[in-house]
Amino acid sequence: MEDIEHFAKAMKLIDADGRRLDGRKFNELRPIRIEAGVLRRADGSAYMEWGGNKVLAAVYGPREAHPRHLQDPARALVQCRYNMAPFSVTDRKRPGPDRRSVEISKVISEAFSSVVFAEQFPRTSVDIFIEVLQADAGTRCAGLTAASVALADAGVPMRDLVASCASGKIDGVVCLDLNKDEDNFGDADCPTAVVPRTGEIVLLQMDGHLTSDEFEKAMDLSIDAARRIYDLQRDALRRRYSVTLEDILKESPPVPSPMQPEGRLPSEDDFGPEGI
Amino acid sequence: MQGSGSLRPIVIPGEAVGGPGLKPGPGTYSEGGRLFAAQLGIRDEHDGLVSVIPLNGRYLPRRGDAVIGEIVDLGPSHWLVDINSPYPAPLHATESAWRVEFGDTSRYLKVGDVIMCHVLSVDEIKRVQLTMSEREARKLSGGILMEVSPTKVPRVIGKQASMVSLIKDLTRCQIYVGQNGRIWLDGDDRSTALAAMAIRLIEDRAQASGLTEAVRELIEKEARGPRPS
Repeated sequence: MEDIEHFAKAMKLIDADGRRLDGRKFNELRPIRIEAGVLRRADGSAYMEWGGNKVLAAVYGPREAHPRHLQDPARALVQCRYNMAPFSVTDRKRPGPDRRSVEISKVISEAFSSVVFAEQFPRTSVDIFIEVLQADAGTRCAGLTAASVALADAGVPMRDLVASCASGKIDGVVCLDLNKDEDNFGDADCPTAVVPRTGEIVLLQMDGHLTSDEFEKAMDLSIDAARRIYDLQRDALRRRYSVTLEDILKESPPVPSPMQPEGRLPSEDDFGPEGI
Repeated sequence: MQGSGSLRPIVIPGEAVGGPGLKPGPGTYSEGGRLFAAQLGIRDEHDGLVSVIPLNGRYLPRRGDAVIGEIVDLGPSHWLVDINSPYPAPLHATESAWRVEFGDTSRYLKVGDVIMCHVLSVDEIKRVQLTMSEREARKLSGGILMEVSPTKVPRVIGKQASMVSLIKDLTRCQIYVGQNGRIWLDGDDRSTALAAMAIRLIEDRAQASGLTEAVRELIEKEARGPRPS
């Protein structure tokens, strides 16, 4: 039988010049791309690619909270569902909520509860859906970052966006944004979510062990990275809305197709939500 | 916004929109004497009051709003009306346009009927009550109902209702615009479709300058359009 224990120990995650498996330095992020407003039926949405992660986030609300007994007469509920697609990982994931995704849903909804102005919408709920289409470590950070853009896109009043990033330890070195191999074979992983303007921490978890000095260093890396991610979120939102603004600048009205009064209306949703 | 020519910058939640000495208006909040945007939108400043005009969001009922609602349930002395907001809105029989006997609500309005009504009151826990006592309130039959984002309603109405009266004049349609983003149009098929198209244009280009002219152009062109000249 193959000695797997030995295998893992022999694997070098970081080389002598401080380069990691994918060529990054200890404080570098994987490439990130965010797009806002990708889903038509949701009130707000965002799609994000973060290294090998592909995540879709949708937001509905504030809307009537169901079941009724969950309604809070003083504030809105912020509910979140984090879900991994069966095809998001190498071995098929059994669909449906499991211990891990229930926990992640909970911590993410708590992170957003602290920024959303929930008291403006008593008795309602703001529902956040995060679908992981492809996973490559750091999906909760990617999901949270995308959901934050989706919330802003939905026009939900909130104090600030939330940006999130993980740091960890591989081969004894504290590094930013671990990928799948580093997460699996590394020593520790510490996802963090911050409110960039105030530096307030709204999510903090840790898997593995870090000394107090290492932890401080990991936090510094994560918080610094969250600021960079915040800029990407902001750009995504500006881009989403400037597209329509540029269209506006072209003064000519859209070229309407020849009149087909009955034919064209249903496709344009003129009959309200029943059509959905 | 119209005629200003330049486009105002988009602010995102948490972005600073003003320093000390300015007052926080809708869509903003203050912290440590400084003002920040609470919503994605366009910054607006009037007499030291800074507000953010949202680009997206749900309708929240306010007292006095004219809304278009759909009956979703009946009670012995009230109707439950969907007004496109997160809160259920009852219309009590005494606030309706008719003298309704107890238990006889279904004679006047049935599930699926559409009404034009007003928000009578909204309390601090957002319990909404509707009324049909205003003159323009009535049951809407015929015509079509369309929905736009509630944040675009002020654009559709225009300053002193200039936009909506323009569309009414040019298409000879009857139009009711609810603050909740529902718009009811009635007229012949052709002009209804034309008005609907104009409203879609307004929704798409809500922040544009010279919108009124663009709408006039669209309707006039379309009115001539399909006929060979």
